Amino acid sequence: MPFNLLKYGLSSEYPVEVDLPAPKELKSSYDVVIIGGGGHGLATAYYLSKYHGITNIAVLEKGYLGGGNTARNTAVIRSNYLTSEGVRFYAESVRMFEGLSNEFDFNIMYSHRGQLTLAHTDATVRSFRQRAEVNKHFGGRTEMIDRQQIRELVPSLNLDPGHLPVIAGLWHIDGATARHDAVAWGYAKQAAKRGVEIHQLTEVQELVIENGTITAVKTNRGTIKCGCAVQAVAGMSSQLMKKAGIRSPIQTFPLQAMVTQPFKPFLDPLVSSSALHCYVQQTSRGEVVFGGGSDPYPLLNTRSTLDLKESLLAHAIEMFPFLANAKLMRQWAGITDMTPDYSPIMGLSPVNNYYLDAGWGTWGFKATPICGKTMAELVASGGKVPELIRPFGLERFSTFQQVNEMGATAASH
Amino acid sequence: MKVMTCPLNGPRNISEFTYGGEFKQMPDPQTCSDAEWADYVFNSEDILGVVREWWMHNPSSYWFLVERHTGSDEILRTFDPKEVFNARVEFTAVTAKETAR
Ligand SMILES: Cc1cc2nc3c(=O)[nH]c(=O)nc-3n(C[C@H](O)[C@H](O)[C@H](O)COP(=O)(O)OP(=O)(O)OC[C@H]3O[C@@H](n4cnc5c(N)ncnc54)[C@H](O)[C@@H]3O)c2cc1C
Repeated sequence: MPFNLLKYGLSSEYPVEVDLPAPKELKSSYDVVIIGGGGHGLATAYYLSKYHGITNIAVLEKGYLGGGNTARNTAVIRSNYLTSEGVRFYAESVRMFEGLSNEFDFNIMYSHRGQLTLAHTDATVRSFRQRAEVNKHFGGRTEMIDRQQIRELVPSLNLDPGHLPVIAGLWHIDGATARHDAVAWGYAKQAAKRGVEIHQLTEVQELVIENGTITAVKTNRGTIKCGCAVQAVAGMSSQLMKKAGIRSPIQTFPLQAMVTQPFKPFLDPLVSSSALHCYVQQTSRGEVVFGGGSDPYPLLNTRSTLDLKESLLAHAIEMFPFLANAKLMRQWAGITDMTPDYSPIMGLSPVNNYYLDAGWGTWGFKATPICGKTMAELVASGGKVPELIRPFGLERFSTFQQVNEMGATAASH
Repeated sequence: MKVMTCPLNGPRNISEFTYGGEFKQMPDPQTCSDAEWADYVFNSEDILGVVREWWMHNPSSYWFLVERHTGSDEILRTFDPKEVFNARVEFTAVTAKETAR
């Protein structure tokens, strides 16, 4: 057996599996150009090729595949939002995540853990009741739990942190996490197999708009004609929308996160507290991930700051005091495209054949599959907006029809 | 910690301040269209470059203006709003009948 293995290893016919074909020259024209090679753009390409038979697609990525917020997020997957529009949409995404590893034949390390959000005030308890009911109504699994149940779920949690004793919890059974990079890679691999071209190091610099319709994009590698284009550039959303001449409510803020050295498993659920501006989870490798609120002012720069890290960690240690001795291994930031109502901007734009998947702020990883699916439907139908994303249109900011998810989004992602 | 110079109180840690939003002109609510008003309320310039914006020094509740580069995170200038607001602004009172439409 070892001999066979050695022979196999040394054989010149060693069957290397190529996940992504080597880069080609850009063609002069594509049916669909997708700007941004993060999870959202790649998923859109994948579902276009899978469900709609459209494969003359170029995904243009200015850096490397999935190197934007897809690589930087803390991978919280959940659907316990506040509005019916939100819950319906995110619940479908969570369902899709469950089957992705099989679908890709590629392990995204989906891990069904449950997510626990802590209430430290009566007002929070009231909002939790509402979220539990809305979630149940639209097919999610969420319930209110008391201190004793919290203690049983997370024995290592300090239930009386400083001045803010925990009084109840929102236990979201569907909460989960996954390897974020693998989600991008899985979509890329399967899209490429169906003929989608993925071009890294290709930045869209200008949009060519004639008579109100997009006709081409100018890149650092030349101009490409397109039948239509989708923008899925997360942190650069507002900048690209400006190039299309579109007014937007997006403001861009950094979001920071960090991870410790690995520990033996002690924390199964994802734990979050918006009063402490902090959420904590343990990865399958044993590292503890900390995330929190956004930076206090807008910035289009992925620098980190010591003061945000210090205040976030002070709170994390109140929740899990024994982590005070943990060593941090990595820390980083991403820039997030925040909307005033904490819901995304998806659908049509004032420019014909130019579709928006933007305003994903600090909460868009969990929506990757459903974004891809609905954006693909939108593109394939030539602009018929799918029911599920109709509430998220850009026009809601001029018709005063926001979808307010602030309470269910801030600091819990 | 990053330091910002308050025009009233001098250099202070940035944690003593609150960001107050982009500096922009308010359209006249009596005469502008709904679309203009929505644009003012919700939309942002979100400029990558030098911006002019409101900040407040929390302990003294003092509002002032800042020029900052949103790419490099450099604070270029902080100044008192009287530099911009150098003329008296008249607000005409609106009668109850007019507002209750
Ligand atoms: C620290 C942090 C923690 C987060 N935690 C969570 C979480 O726990 N759960 C959750 O659901 N969400 C979370 N998010 C949000 C989530 O990461 C994003 O909303 C999501 O990844 C957006 O995916 P995307 O594919 O649209 O964007 P990205 O992955 O950012 O992809 C966009 C791509 O577009 C490229 N691009 C930009 N401009 C151009 C151009 N002109 N031409 C070509 N390419 C361009 C970029 O290089 C980038 O690769 C977090 C974000 C951060 C920063």
